[in-house]
Amino acid sequence: MKRDIVLGGVGGQGILTIAATIGTAAVNNNLYLKQSEIHGMSQRGGDVMSNIRISSNEVFSDLIPEGKADLIIGVEPMEALRHFKMLKPGGWLITNQKPFINIKNYPELDDVLAQVDALENHIMIDADSIAKDLGSVKAANIVMLGAGIPFIGLDVKMLEDALGVLFGRKGQDVVDLNIKALHAGIEEANKVINK
Amino acid sequence: MQKAVLLGDEAIAQGALDAGVSAVYAYPGTPSTEINEYVLRSKEHRNGDVVATWTTNEKTSMEMAIGASYVGKRALVTMKHVGLNVAADPFMNVPITGVNGGLVIVVADDPSMHSSQNEQDSRYYGLFAQIPILEPVNQQMAYDMMPYAYEMSERLNAPVMMRITTRLAHSRAGITFGKKTKQNELSLPKNRKQFILLPSIARVQYKDLLNNWPNLINESETAGYNKYFEGKDKSKGIITTGIAYNYLMENYPEGIDFPILQIAQYPLPKKMIQKIYDECGSITVFEEGAPVLEEGLRGVLNNGKTINGRLDGTLPRDGELNPNLVAIAMGLSVPEISATPEVVTARPPALCAGCPHTDSYTALNMVMEAHGDGRVFSDIGCYTLAALAPLESINTTVDMGASITMAKGAADMGLIPSVAVIGDSTFTHSGMTGLLDAVNSKSSITVMILDNFTTGMTGGQHSQATGKLEAICEGLGVEKEHIRVLNPIKKYHDDNTKIMKAELAYMGVSVIIPRRECVITLNARLRAAKNKRKLEKANKENN
Repeated sequence: MKRDIVLGGVGGQGILTIAATIGTAAVNNNLYLKQSEIHGMSQRGGDVMSNIRISSNEVFSDLIPEGKADLIIGVEPMEALRHFKMLKPGGWLITNQKPFINIKNYPELDDVLAQVDALENHIMIDADSIAKDLGSVKAANIVMLGAGIPFIGLDVKMLEDALGVLFGRKGQDVVDLNIKALHAGIEEANKVINK
Repeated sequence: MQKAVLLGDEAIAQGALDAGVSAVYAYPGTPSTEINEYVLRSKEHRNGDVVATWTTNEKTSMEMAIGASYVGKRALVTMKHVGLNVAADPFMNVPITGVNGGLVIVVADDPSMHSSQNEQDSRYYGLFAQIPILEPVNQQMAYDMMPYAYEMSERLNAPVMMRITTRLAHSRAGITFGKKTKQNELSLPKNRKQFILLPSIARVQYKDLLNNWPNLINESETAGYNKYFEGKDKSKGIITTGIAYNYLMENYPEGIDFPILQIAQYPLPKKMIQKIYDECGSITVFEEGAPVLEEGLRGVLNNGKTINGRLDGTLPRDGELNPNLVAIAMGLSVPEISATPEVVTARPPALCAGCPHTDSYTALNMVMEAHGDGRVFSDIGCYTLAALAPLESINTTVDMGASITMAKGAADMGLIPSVAVIGDSTFTHSGMTGLLDAVNSKSSITVMILDNFTTGMTGGQHSQATGKLEAICEGLGVEKEHIRVLNPIKKYHDDNTKIMKAELAYMGVSVIIPRRECVITLNARLRAAKNKRKLEKANKENN
């Protein structure tokens, strides 16, 4: 198996937590992993992206070649589209529909969502509302991770364990919330896939 | 065997810990910061076995590491590429003293300038200093090289540079750990004059350094990190350096027919280079960074075999490589890239909501209106973001500390008032000496030291300036009544602009210190306290 995943979002939206969860699960599953990100300047409310590559064979490049990603997961719709050129033909774009507006010239939201809707292979969900209903809007990133899981092909138990490792020091209630968020995301994706 | 998911930076840190490092010194700088952060979090540091600290700047870091080496201990110093400019003085001299305990200098370059003002290639420095350079191909090799680097450093009496780039530093992979080596005992150098670089001693030891060069080349030929992969299609030979090898192999998942020379250690292995050059029709060079190897291979006259690389347009002359650039250079097809949808708008980094710098700059902008544009010299840190809209407050950023000295130069030439804006950590890094120059020549400048108690841009490391700024400025000779501390919040905006106006009018050196904690470190502190209370409560209930 081999999956190349691009994550897009804004600094502070939890992109790196998604990446760390997939990475931990993949390595515990004896898969090869490369997961790269840009730190520094990009953290101050700018756009943040991460490349995750998992494979049963050795992974060479830290970067996914343009036009070869299997999947884009966006925690924000315009940020998902920002990395569109990474996607391979037939790849899936999975994004939160809730915008993060911290710039004056953010485009008309309808135009952004229409772009996503126009793609043949896409899933767009309101991860913020789902996470809020579960107990905290902060778990929206993990809802989005969940929505990507049916396409990634990692064992759900492995991801639950990874969430336990990553959120353990914040208390069991936070771990439980994130596991619920993961499953909610999986359910949303399956709705679209099984349509 | 233990396996963990680590950043390249973290793999280096773990490698150093497992190699028996005793001391780690660093000034934070992207993309090197996570090395020392990892050591600071390690149990080896927390239980007192390994000294690790953030220092005032890269030069002080390097000298402390040399001191640790002097007493026989293994030492690590880490920095970003431009940090090596600051540390260049000790860096160029320690090859002549040699080492006692092993000394490794990790320098993280930033090709494509993701978070830097230039993309200088540190391999030039390593060659300049005539020391071994290691350039790992991947995270596991970075880990594996650390024990080797220390062993080689001690065996060949040479400081060793490890050069990495952003993508290796900031990319995670699964790392398998090796065995742990004990730390060295404290022991003074056998030759007590080894570290005295008086000309009479330096001349002798410099000859030793020159004579060591063939040993270093031999090391590159035999250590096993430079690898020759035979190939049956000898029409083309490929030389890769560092992570460029990965971009090549990415394009040949089924294997490749051309011979490949994978370089991960310098000085260049002459015999291996000779072999690929002799047996192949042409040579293609893939280097992450400047065409260091390619220039050497071409020579001044460039009259040998065809060489393809960054110097003939096969690859771009600047910027980092990626799989598709390498594919194109190899004559392979790349996928057609769909255009980015037009609605996608740039989202540049900005100062955080509630950042004290915003209030400082808002006040400064208002005060500077009366004086006109082009008078604000700034520096390197979060506050450099004030170059962008909406604030657009600053006119320069060149290198650490240059705000004060450039403002002084401009004021000397008649641009009065000139204003310098510098952060607290940057001030103690490289601003203090310039302020002394300004005081000594009674220049008419106003220096704003934005004190947020941290090194913010790199993620909130401890600032050496905290609690010391007024005393430092006073000690350097700034008059006490012209050291003004402000609270940069909206409520005091009018008071703050008044103080700024008054100090701008003063014909001499004045220092204004807007002081308020970074909102990121403040929130992190509050969150950590809350989590701690929560866990304590949960533990109590469980008992």
